[in-house]
Amino acid sequence: MAHFPKPAEGSWTQHYPGLGTGPISYRDSFDPDYWQQEIDSIFTKEWLCVGRVEQLSRVGSYFTKEFEWANRSLVIVKDQGETIRAFHNICRHRGNKLVWHDYPGEETSGYCRQFSCKYHAWRYALDGSLVFVQQEEEFFDLDKENLGLVSVACDVWEGFIFVNLDPQPSQTLTEALGDLATGLAGYPYGEMTQRYSVTSKINSNWKLFIDAFVEFYHAPILHQQQSTSEEGQKLAAVGFEGLHYELFSPHSMVSSWGGMAPPADPRMVKPMENFLRSGLFGPWDKPAVVDNNENLPPLVNPSGHRAWGIDSFLLWPNFMILIWETGWYLTYSYWPDSPNSHTFESSLYFVPPETSSQRVAQEYAFSVFKEFALQDANTLEATQSMIETGVVDTFVLNDQEVLCRHHHAAAREQVAGGRRPDSYPWMPAEVSA
Amino acid sequence: MSTPLALPEEFADLAQFEDWALETWRERYEKRLASTVEEMQALYDAITPRIEEVLSYCDRHDLAELPDEVRNLMFLLFSLCEASLPVEIWRQPRVPDSGAADLTMVAEPRL
Repeated sequence: MAHFPKPAEGSWTQHYPGLGTGPISYRDSFDPDYWQQEIDSIFTKEWLCVGRVEQLSRVGSYFTKEFEWANRSLVIVKDQGETIRAFHNICRHRGNKLVWHDYPGEETSGYCRQFSCKYHAWRYALDGSLVFVQQEEEFFDLDKENLGLVSVACDVWEGFIFVNLDPQPSQTLTEALGDLATGLAGYPYGEMTQRYSVTSKINSNWKLFIDAFVEFYHAPILHQQQSTSEEGQKLAAVGFEGLHYELFSPHSMVSSWGGMAPPADPRMVKPMENFLRSGLFGPWDKPAVVDNNENLPPLVNPSGHRAWGIDSFLLWPNFMILIWETGWYLTYSYWPDSPNSHTFESSLYFVPPETSSQRVAQEYAFSVFKEFALQDANTLEATQSMIETGVVDTFVLNDQEVLCRHHHAAAREQVAGGRRPDSYPWMPAEVSA
Repeated sequence: MSTPLALPEEFADLAQFEDWALETWRERYEKRLASTVEEMQALYDAITPRIEEVLSYCDRHDLAELPDEVRNLMFLLFSLCEASLPVEIWRQPRVPDSGAADLTMVAEPRL
C-alpha cells in the first residue's frame, strides 16, 4: 500500500508514458561501441559542471580538469576582469601541456599572474592571449594575435562552473538547464563554503552509480546496518517510497522523506548522533541562512510534506545536487573513464561553522556519509561484473526506480535519436524520455 | 622522554590517545583501518561519557584561534567520529563489503 500519494495514472512511471514499464537491457552499461557514442553525442555536447566559483577565489586562481575520456585537458581560471574562463590546456607553440605539476596527467590548482609554458617559456595572460614569445625574432611571420589559448565554452549558474566541449554549443547553459535554471536558483549555495571533496575510481559504468543515487529503494536494505538494529529492521520491512518524482527531461528529480534529524525518539539513532546532534542527514541544527526552509527554491520539496528530508536533482548528464532539509547540500559528478569504469566525485557543502560543536557535527556528517559511499561504490563493481556476463539480458525496474529507467532512456534518446539503430538490437524499438 | 600531547588540564588523561590527534581525515581513516575495535572502543569509552563537557570546553574558545591544546582535543573528537562507526555499527575496522573501494580527499576544512 502506498504511504504517499502517486499520480492519477497509478504510478510515477506511467505518469510518463514514453518510458514504458517493461524490462530494460543493461547492455548500454558495458557495450564499448555504445559508450563511445555516449562520449560523442552526450559528453562532448552537453554542459558539464566542473566546480564552484569559490574554488577560484581571486584573480589568477585556476584549476585544471582532466577529461581523459575525451582526450582533453582544460584549465579554468578567473581572469583580470574577474570573468571565469576555460581553455584547452595546450601551448600554441609546440603543443606542450601548459599547466601541470610534477605529473602531467594529474589535476592541479593554484594561483598565477600569467601562464608560462615549462618548455620554452611562452606566456599567456589570464584571458588566454599570448603575451610573450621567447626569442620572438627567430620565428617567421608570427601572428601573436591569433596564437592565444584555445578557449572552451564556459558559463556560471548559481556559482557552479560549467564547460561545454562543443566548439559551438547548441544551447546556452540556461537553455540546457531548462526549468531547473530558475527552479533551483536562489538557494544560499554561495554561503555554504565549508567543503569536503572526495574522489574515487569506480569499476562500473557511469550510469550505474547514477542508478544508485536516483533511487532510495536500496537504502533500507544495503545500508540497513547503519541504523540501530531495531530501526534498521523496521525500515527494511516498510521499504522505501519517494514523496515525489518529476522529469524535466533530460533532467530529473526525486524528493524523499527523512525524519531522523533530529529523530522523534533518540533511541532510533546511534549514540554518537545524539552526542553530536548530527548524522547522515547532516547536523540537526539548521544554519540561520536557510531561514528555516521558508524560502526554498520553487522546485525543492514539491510535495510540501512535513516529513521532507532531501531532494536529489540530476542535472543532465552527470551532475547531481542534493538539498537537505537540515540546511546543506551535496554534489556528485560521474566521469566516464571507460565502458566499465568511471571517476566519482562528491562534495559536501556546509555553512562555515561558528563553534567547535558545529565543526565536529559537520565532521561527523562527513564520516557517516563516506561509509554509505564506500558501500555503494563496491556494490557497483559487483553489479558491473555480472551484467557483463550477459547471462541475464533484461532487468525489471519498479516504480521507485523510475529515474533509473528515465536516465538510461534519455541517454539512448540522445545516442540514437529515439530510434533503434541496427547496431543496438538490445534497445527497445521506441525510446522516449 | 617525549613531551605528552598538549591538552587542557581537565582532559590531560586523554594524552594516552595521542596517536589519534591527527590533522587530516586521511590520517584518521588509516589509523582506524590499522586499529582493532578494542582500541577504538577504548577511545570511545574515554570520551563519550563526558562528551558534553568536552564540547562545551571547546566552544568557549574562538574556533578561528584555537590554542594548541584545544586543537589537539578537537583532533581527538574528529578521530572519535571516525572510530565510532566501527564501534557502534560494524564491530570491525572496515566498512563491511567495501572491498577495494577507497576515497581520495581532494579538499577538506582544516583547523
